[in-house]
Amino acid sequence: MADKKDQRLKIKTIKNGIVIDHIKQGRALDVLRILGIYGNFRDAVTLAMNVPSKDLGRKDIVKVENRDIDSSEVNKIAIIAPEATINKIKDYRVISKERVSLPELIVGIIKCPNPQCITNKEREPIESVFIVKQKDPLILSCKYCEREVSSPVLLS
Amino acid sequence: MKWTKKHIISINDFSREEIDFVLRKSAIMEGKLFDSRTSSLMNGKILANLFFEPSTRTRMSFEAAMKRLGGVTIGFDHPGITSEVKGETIADTVRIVSGYADVIVIRHPVEGSARLASEYSDSPIINGGDGANQHPTQTLLDLYTIKKEFKDIDGLSICIVGDLKYGRTVHSLTSALENYNVNIRFVSPQELRAPRQIVKTLTEKGMQVKETTKLNVRDSDVVYITRIQKERFPDQQEYERVKDAYILNRKSLEGIQDNAIIMHPLPRVSEICTDVDSTRHARYFEQARNGIPVRMALLCLVCGIGFG
Repeated sequence: MADKKDQRLKIKTIKNGIVIDHIKQGRALDVLRILGIYGNFRDAVTLAMNVPSKDLGRKDIVKVENRDIDSSEVNKIAIIAPEATINKIKDYRVISKERVSLPELIVGIIKCPNPQCITNKEREPIESVFIVKQKDPLILSCKYCEREVSSPVLLS
Repeated sequence: MKWTKKHIISINDFSREEIDFVLRKSAIMEGKLFDSRTSSLMNGKILANLFFEPSTRTRMSFEAAMKRLGGVTIGFDHPGITSEVKGETIADTVRIVSGYADVIVIRHPVEGSARLASEYSDSPIINGGDGANQHPTQTLLDLYTIKKEFKDIDGLSICIVGDLKYGRTVHSLTSALENYNVNIRFVSPQELRAPRQIVKTLTEKGMQVKETTKLNVRDSDVVYITRIQKERFPDQQEYERVKDAYILNRKSLEGIQDNAIIMHPLPRVSEICTDVDSTRHARYFEQARNGIPVRMALLCLVCGIGFG
């Protein structure tokens, strides 16, 4: 009970925007990076890190005022925070709530770490494609060079 | 199982049933190698060999296979004469050549290039080696050689020796062996050990896997030795240190099982002395020859040509 009260005090509700909850502890800053939120963002951004969570033990939360989210951003968040939930807020009410889920194929999001991979060669008409071989712990495999990756680096 | 127009890119695309099917068809093809009907199966068909990287065995073997089937070959074996030097992409080259040929074999140093090629070709693509990644027809002829010798791959003890880190034939062969129930002993210098993922996958599939730095040919049915490939080493000092780590000669074969065979994807440098060639264990030259019926069978399969 005390935990819940503390949390309410720390994280203000937002009028319109998105709340990304159940982010794996320590990945909130990566979520902001995926959303393209740096110092020049004008609306309110609330960030909570290491708050208590029933399911995760500790979790991060990101709230962004006046911002929507698209499917490519959701897919990126799924890679770094597979348990995250996305709440869309309108007039202080949650109008939709969805849990991110890893697609079977991740297209155009991850950079293949193999410098000899065709996806890292300029001029070829190709996007990186990773096959999700295992979700927990995450193992991805490059469709082209077949290199396996467990800590994916997102394309900038 | 649809084989017509199937691209042969990676051994990882094959199920055990598909591998066994190719091996059965290869045996049928070998039985008909000099049959007069065989030499006209591919009449009027064209194979394009696109070799962006030097190769003698693979290129000549595909050429011989196609010609034995009555087909013709076009292509190049030197990237210097291609439009790649003018800046053409692999995708464009393949799109154009697929309009010239019924089947395309591509070798390219960039990993994943054959997969990319398959996405831009109307004709079936056969990967003749993409950098350190895959060389599926080599693996199929390796398995064919083992099966021909022992009838059954399951239950065998296979010792894989040499460059297990960079050697693509080793990576492809072990991936294929995941489908069988075999014991594997990896022998390599510490710095050239097999990738951890390969060892982990084999172990998870319940196979007995041992890793050692000491070569001992006893208790193995198959000794598969590979060249330490100078061209794959980023550090030439590292190459000099390990290049002669394992050398098989007549003396080192003492204690080898009577029916054990020695295989090598060739070319060999110093890892197998010539005094082994005349022993009953040497199979590497036959292994290379087996590439012909295996590639003939594959060419017919992907071109939709029946041969029994």
